[in-house]
Amino acid sequence: MKLKAPERITFTQNGFCPGCGHGICGRLIAEIAEEMNIADKLLTVVDVACCSLHMESWQYDTIMAAHGRPIPTAIGAKKVRKDNPVIAYLGDGAAYSIGMAEMMHAAIRNDNIICLVVNNSLYGMTGGQCAPTSLPGQKTTSSPYGKDPSKAGMPFRIEEAFSGLNIGYMARCSLATAKDIRVAKQYLKKAFEKHMDNKGFCLVEIMSPCPTNLNMTPIASAERITNEMTKYFPVGEFKELKEEE
Amino acid sequence: MAKVLLKGNEALAEAAIAAGCRFYSGYPITPQTEILEYLSWRMEEVGGDFIQAESELAGINMVLGASAAGARALTTSAGPGFTLKQEGISYLVAADLPAVIVDVMRIGSGLGDIAQGQGDYWQMTRGGGHGDYRTIVLAPNSVQENANMMALAFDLAEQYRHPVLIASDAAIGQMIEAVEIPEFIEHDIDKFDWTIKGCKEGTPYKKIQNVYYTDPQYDIHLAERYKTIEENEQRYENYCVEDAEIVVVAYGISSRVSREAVDIARSQGVKLGLIRPITLWPFPQKAFEEAKEAKAFMTVEMNILGQMVDDVKLAVEGKFPVEHYGSIFEIPESDGIVEKAKEMLKEVK
Repeated sequence: MKLKAPERITFTQNGFCPGCGHGICGRLIAEIAEEMNIADKLLTVVDVACCSLHMESWQYDTIMAAHGRPIPTAIGAKKVRKDNPVIAYLGDGAAYSIGMAEMMHAAIRNDNIICLVVNNSLYGMTGGQCAPTSLPGQKTTSSPYGKDPSKAGMPFRIEEAFSGLNIGYMARCSLATAKDIRVAKQYLKKAFEKHMDNKGFCLVEIMSPCPTNLNMTPIASAERITNEMTKYFPVGEFKELKEEE
Repeated sequence: MAKVLLKGNEALAEAAIAAGCRFYSGYPITPQTEILEYLSWRMEEVGGDFIQAESELAGINMVLGASAAGARALTTSAGPGFTLKQEGISYLVAADLPAVIVDVMRIGSGLGDIAQGQGDYWQMTRGGGHGDYRTIVLAPNSVQENANMMALAFDLAEQYRHPVLIASDAAIGQMIEAVEIPEFIEHDIDKFDWTIKGCKEGTPYKKIQNVYYTDPQYDIHLAERYKTIEENEQRYENYCVEDAEIVVVAYGISSRVSREAVDIARSQGVKLGLIRPITLWPFPQKAFEEAKEAKAFMTVEMNILGQMVDDVKLAVEGKFPVEHYGSIFEIPESDGIVEKAKEMLKEVK
């Protein structure tokens, strides 16, 4: 059993809040890159705000893209550096709101990038506003009476929107418990493997706690994923292009 | 290489290939679509990458990624589409990344119309996007210059690590002229040390982001860069300026009509001259040193408000009247320019 943290990541430099899931995401990416022996080549493109704090904690060549544009930015980089694995790393607001068109068309073209969407059900860095992933009734700084689905719609489910698209891989995982994190690593690793096999658009949504903006303890915000978020956002693998496809 | 007949847009596209550009992403919009269409097959032939993006926003951000990875990257658009690219241009500037962006100008605000125009002058020379920046703007006035300016644009973009704009217009883009495509250049994506390509453990990794996050001397870096560009990159062409009493200032297709106007005026004894900015920013203030006999200036532009007038006023330091001869939908007529010059001459004499 490996207890040593991956070489490419530092936990002293990052600016994440206590109980935040981004740090776990970073560690999982670094572990997988090390295990697959691709750390020297890995290129990452992060969204602004919380996602961009990874630039200080992981040691990969990284672009900080405009808000909602890590996907097209990553596509541009991948076209030029075809032998390098390329990750686009963004939040649910970037992926499912401002960057939805770019997300959808990358999937339609099945562009060969890894796309990691961290879903914490709100906008983090700006102070916890309502997102397309916010749950019905969820009180946020921009939905103080609770999110009203009759006005703001139901939480957006990517697996429903992309079900007809022939993409390389699509899964959703959770960072709520140690067991969930082990599953998350399996899904993430599969996305990396499919990417290295040039299977196309490999998407993993990662449900992640945001205690600061939920105004909860780290434990309560992790339990909220299990007790509330998974009712709307099922964990599982939804798409997988096999060898013969 | 022998001369061939090409549309301005096609010549620009082929010249981009010749300049070593191997990444293009764009979106259809008249009157620049021939560039997109041409590169859709030509990139394939030369082993480059062509993407018809889902929007101009996606297109410019793909260019940003490709540029960060070391490619000579190009995107092209017109008016409404060029506006959508401003986000990415501002980010390219913030991250010190080179790229070439072409605006084949059409007329009007909003949707406007597909006819030639020069109404994006303010947008191109003042920054266009948010923040504290300006971009080098090259203004070709022929199909041949469309071709010649591509390599120059990429060279300047890389020299200053800054996006460079090309201000073409529908007339230049759509006209067919004989053109000699410049020599082919090989571009090495590993040429620069700042590109992302992956880093070995223990070696410094690269961060492509807002430069002011990483450079404590950002204010000095920024101010000096623009000062250097202003000093070194003013480009212009003067025609009969030395003894001219009225000086026309015109770029792009308007400069060709204006040159004709100078010849007509001179045949009638009117001392007309032409300053033709080749860089719209930095504005060629040096060109005005030659206008020693000038009594008044006039810009000739395909817009109504006279967008270049302010820059001419600054260049002459408010010492002379500066007027505007504009047109909408049509290219300005040389006879009209001559008539306007005669009227102005009466007023200043």
